Amino acid sequence: MGELVQTLVSGIAVGSSYALMGLAMVIIYKTSEVINFAQGEMALLSVFLTYMVLEYYHFPFYVAFPSALAFALLLGFFLEFAVLRRAKEPNVLGMIIITIGLEMILMGFVSWKFGAEPKTMRFPLSPYDSLSLGEIFVSSLEALTFVVALTLMTVLFLFLRYSKLGIAMKATQQNKMAARLMGIRTNRILMITWGISSLVGCTAGLLIAPTIMQPYMMWDPMLKGFAAAVLGGMTSLPGSVFGAYIIGVVENLFGGYVSIEFKSAVAFFIIVLVLCIKPSGLFARHYVKKV
Amino acid sequence: MESRTTLKTLLEIKNIETFYGLIYALRGVSLSVQSGTITAILGANGAGKSTILKTVMGLIEDQPDKGTIEFMGKRIDGKETEDIVRMGISYVPEGREVFEELTVKENLLMGAYLRNDRAEIRKDFEQIYEHFPPLKARENQWAGTLSGGEQQMLSIGRALMNRPTLLFLDEPSLGLSPILVNEIFKIIKNINSQGVTILLVEQNARMALAISDFGLILENGRFVMKGTARDLMQDKDVREFYMGIRSEESAKGYQRWKRKKRWR
Repeated sequence: MGELVQTLVSGIAVGSSYALMGLAMVIIYKTSEVINFAQGEMALLSVFLTYMVLEYYHFPFYVAFPSALAFALLLGFFLEFAVLRRAKEPNVLGMIIITIGLEMILMGFVSWKFGAEPKTMRFPLSPYDSLSLGEIFVSSLEALTFVVALTLMTVLFLFLRYSKLGIAMKATQQNKMAARLMGIRTNRILMITWGISSLVGCTAGLLIAPTIMQPYMMWDPMLKGFAAAVLGGMTSLPGSVFGAYIIGVVENLFGGYVSIEFKSAVAFFIIVLVLCIKPSGLFARHYVKKV
Repeated sequence: MESRTTLKTLLEIKNIETFYGLIYALRGVSLSVQSGTITAILGANGAGKSTILKTVMGLIEDQPDKGTIEFMGKRIDGKETEDIVRMGISYVPEGREVFEELTVKENLLMGAYLRNDRAEIRKDFEQIYEHFPPLKARENQWAGTLSGGEQQMLSIGRALMNRPTLLFLDEPSLGLSPILVNEIFKIIKNINSQGVTILLVEQNARMALAISDFGLILENGRFVMKGTARDLMQDKDVREFYMGIRSEESAKGYQRWKRKKRWR
């Protein structure tokens, strides 16, 4: 019994970092219907620069982390402004291809600058300290990730539901022309979206880095985050978070009791299953257009 | 109608030409809208009525190809839509274009996106609910779930939330039942009497001229006739071609000769 609960808890812990990546992808999807495959690598760049600031220049954490987040925000602004906005007659598919290109460029840049060998990132919390709740063990880093994911989800959810800017983001996605007619500068909205999304992704990256740090570290969380977002219906923030927990838990159960080799494939098996049964995702509340 | 000397020109379009790709849609259109009036642009399908409004709003990229547009004495051709809206023109697009997955309230709130005066915004909410009572009842419903007429009301209400000086209405009667059309036109007149200048594009010539001060008739991208609404309503050709009122019945039940030209 204890073992099972432990597996479940670890699943949720793993799910939390997927959840952050899922949130980041949902934010961009919500305003532009673009799936940003460069999400992970944008975070990767921010994380490696933080590593550089910490290791080479010996800045303290309280300088390095906030500046990492600020950098991530600017990176998001910059990529939207300099790359995506330049697309002539953009369509969603073209945009997605652009993000794949960005992904490769960023990954290449990081590998070239920092090398492919694994590194260790200093972090205020050790990933090996653990908190025990009865006979269940959770590392303090996992607990932190869990709290951060839920907090960010809540903040973003409230932001999109109640703030004027948040509603303007949704308006932009639903009808760009009408949004412009309201005086909303839709280009700026998209830029802000990319900034926020990059910020959330960077948070995920910083929380993943203490356990694993090399140029491929974000690929798996990004794909799982994407899977989680699809599971949650792609537009629902809570949906993507719970989707991430489901994937984390199922993956861990499968790894623990069935086969460790196919652990990663399970996420995608779940997606196929969900898409067959409820194609709009588990949590989507999508209005079906009347003709 | 008051004497024309007191009227001030709000919008002045001079000789604009617009292309949709290779299609030559507007072939030199000039028009001026006087402050405080309702002006109606009438014409058949494909005449280019909506194109005029879209060109003024800057919604057609790189257009107008030629000509100038001035709003309150300032050139606005070539400006971004967002900036034109900021200057005080609101546009109710053809086919409503509400934000389907936002609630009615959020839609209206987006209409007031450029404003920060909370108390006044709340007042305007009340006023719009007064104009359009069905919206109040559906305040928290997604706009996409509303009926066509309610969506039209929402679309007009949303445009009013920006407190425009000049309001463009693109076929407000499209797809509405006769009773609703009557109601919408009454509200348009009402909005105008509160000081909003209106430029209206319509196919329903009878209704449009009934509430308008001025009318223009567009055919194949050119104006073929303009005048006060009253004059146009009396005009034999307008009555025949746009209102379907035949002035004299021939023995065979159709007109046997063409009066003058066919407006081109």
